Amino acid sequence: MSTARLLRLITRTGRVAEPLEPPADGAFVVREGFDVPPALRGSAQVRHVDAGSCNGCEIEVGAAFGPVYDAERVGARLVASPRHADVVAVTGVVTQNMAEPLRNTVDATPNPRVLVSIGDCTRGCGLFAGSYAVAGSVDDVVQVDVHVPGCPPDPRAIVAALRAVTGR
Amino acid sequence: MTPGSFAVILVHLVVAVLVTPLLIGVMRTVRARLEGRVGAGVWQPWRDLIKLLAKEPTRAPGSTPVLTLAPIVLMASSLVLCALIPLVSTVALASVPGDLFVVVSVLLVGTVSLALLGLESGTAFGGMGSSRHMVIAAMVEPTVLLSVYALSVPAGTSDLAAIVQARVADPISLLNPVSLLAIFALVVVVIAETGRLPVDNPSTHLELTMVHEAMILESGGRDLGWLELGSWLRLTALLGLVANLAVPWGVAPDAAPLSLLVGVGAVFAKLVVLGAVLAAAEVFIAKLRLFRVPELLAGSFVLAFLSVSASYLVF
Repeated sequence: MSTARLLRLITRTGRVAEPLEPPADGAFVVREGFDVPPALRGSAQVRHVDAGSCNGCEIEVGAAFGPVYDAERVGARLVASPRHADVVAVTGVVTQNMAEPLRNTVDATPNPRVLVSIGDCTRGCGLFAGSYAVAGSVDDVVQVDVHVPGCPPDPRAIVAALRAVTGR
Repeated sequence: MTPGSFAVILVHLVVAVLVTPLLIGVMRTVRARLEGRVGAGVWQPWRDLIKLLAKEPTRAPGSTPVLTLAPIVLMASSLVLCALIPLVSTVALASVPGDLFVVVSVLLVGTVSLALLGLESGTAFGGMGSSRHMVIAAMVEPTVLLSVYALSVPAGTSDLAAIVQARVADPISLLNPVSLLAIFALVVVVIAETGRLPVDNPSTHLELTMVHEAMILESGGRDLGWLELGSWLRLTALLGLVANLAVPWGVAPDAAPLSLLVGVGAVFAKLVVLGAVLAAAEVFIAKLRLFRVPELLAGSFVLAFLSVSASYLVF
């Protein structure tokens, strides 16, 4: 695409981000007795782990960080390494092969950290319950702090959960 | 060391550290707005930095002190760089010369410490990032030397502050082809050295395309905070150098409070404008394939070489 055409596209498109709405009731569930660490106010880097998802939740996570729902404006950003992260976002059931990597990822994340589980599969395994390939739900493997229900969850709910962490 | 040069060093460091995260914030916001996003705001790098510096790093078992020391060495070298480059004032520093060769050597100290950090983790990506980083550095450093050397010929000195001063005194020389070629070559290598598009993508998550990110994958918490600030400071120092060589007005000729104030305002304005232009340009270009990066850098080396040759014909 030529520079002039791209420039025209940019001016014609303008801002595609939707206005930030207050979270809907039940958009996310916080573990009892969990307080968001004050150090993470205003800024939270997110490491996303797919522990055995059908990729439905991945599309929604991608949308949450895309231009329309723009989770970056609440201070959350996807990063490439758990060592850079404050939030570990897990999607899907935990397969036999991903149980150990998931534990390692959480251990590699510096404290204070928050564990966010996204989607119904992370609580109760959903459609995949009882499969020979499944080690359990995310709750069985690591302690989850914030849960976003839905199959798949609305990107707005994911942004709302991250917003609860950053407080912006 | 005279009180004047001490004050200048202090002003350089304070301005660089305070302005740098803001500059990164402005660049990210410009980019976000052009992409139709809202962006995290210009203060987000400050928030990230404060949070990172408060976090305890997790270090892999079996890692050596390089993992702890490399961020500190990078940070220290970046601070020395900011003190030596005439960002705010051209007052000569008595004990350390702000010489072109000293500046490039200090730049290389930071580059090598980052490369060692990448190797330290022992992961495939870290080593790959380090090797790419050194390939780029091997082509960038001579071009920085050569292009600033071309500008030093008319000034008759390789002291950066004296070069900037000579350019203020002789504004016609800013438009001569020697100067334009050298500035263009310098801009290309500064973009390569600071890991911006089209050489490296600062916001990539694909390990195979990473250069800078690949080396710092294993650092977290406080270590990562120093690494981020250290590499951002390099961007500020090099962009400030380009800005003050291309548009040398406003740089304080002495250490008087008023002229320092004007100097701070001028360098802030130049950095923000240059950063915004760089960020806007990044929206329009894609990352170059790694094997084509040497062609780009060799091209800029040729420009710098032509500029040096021409400077002997012109002056």
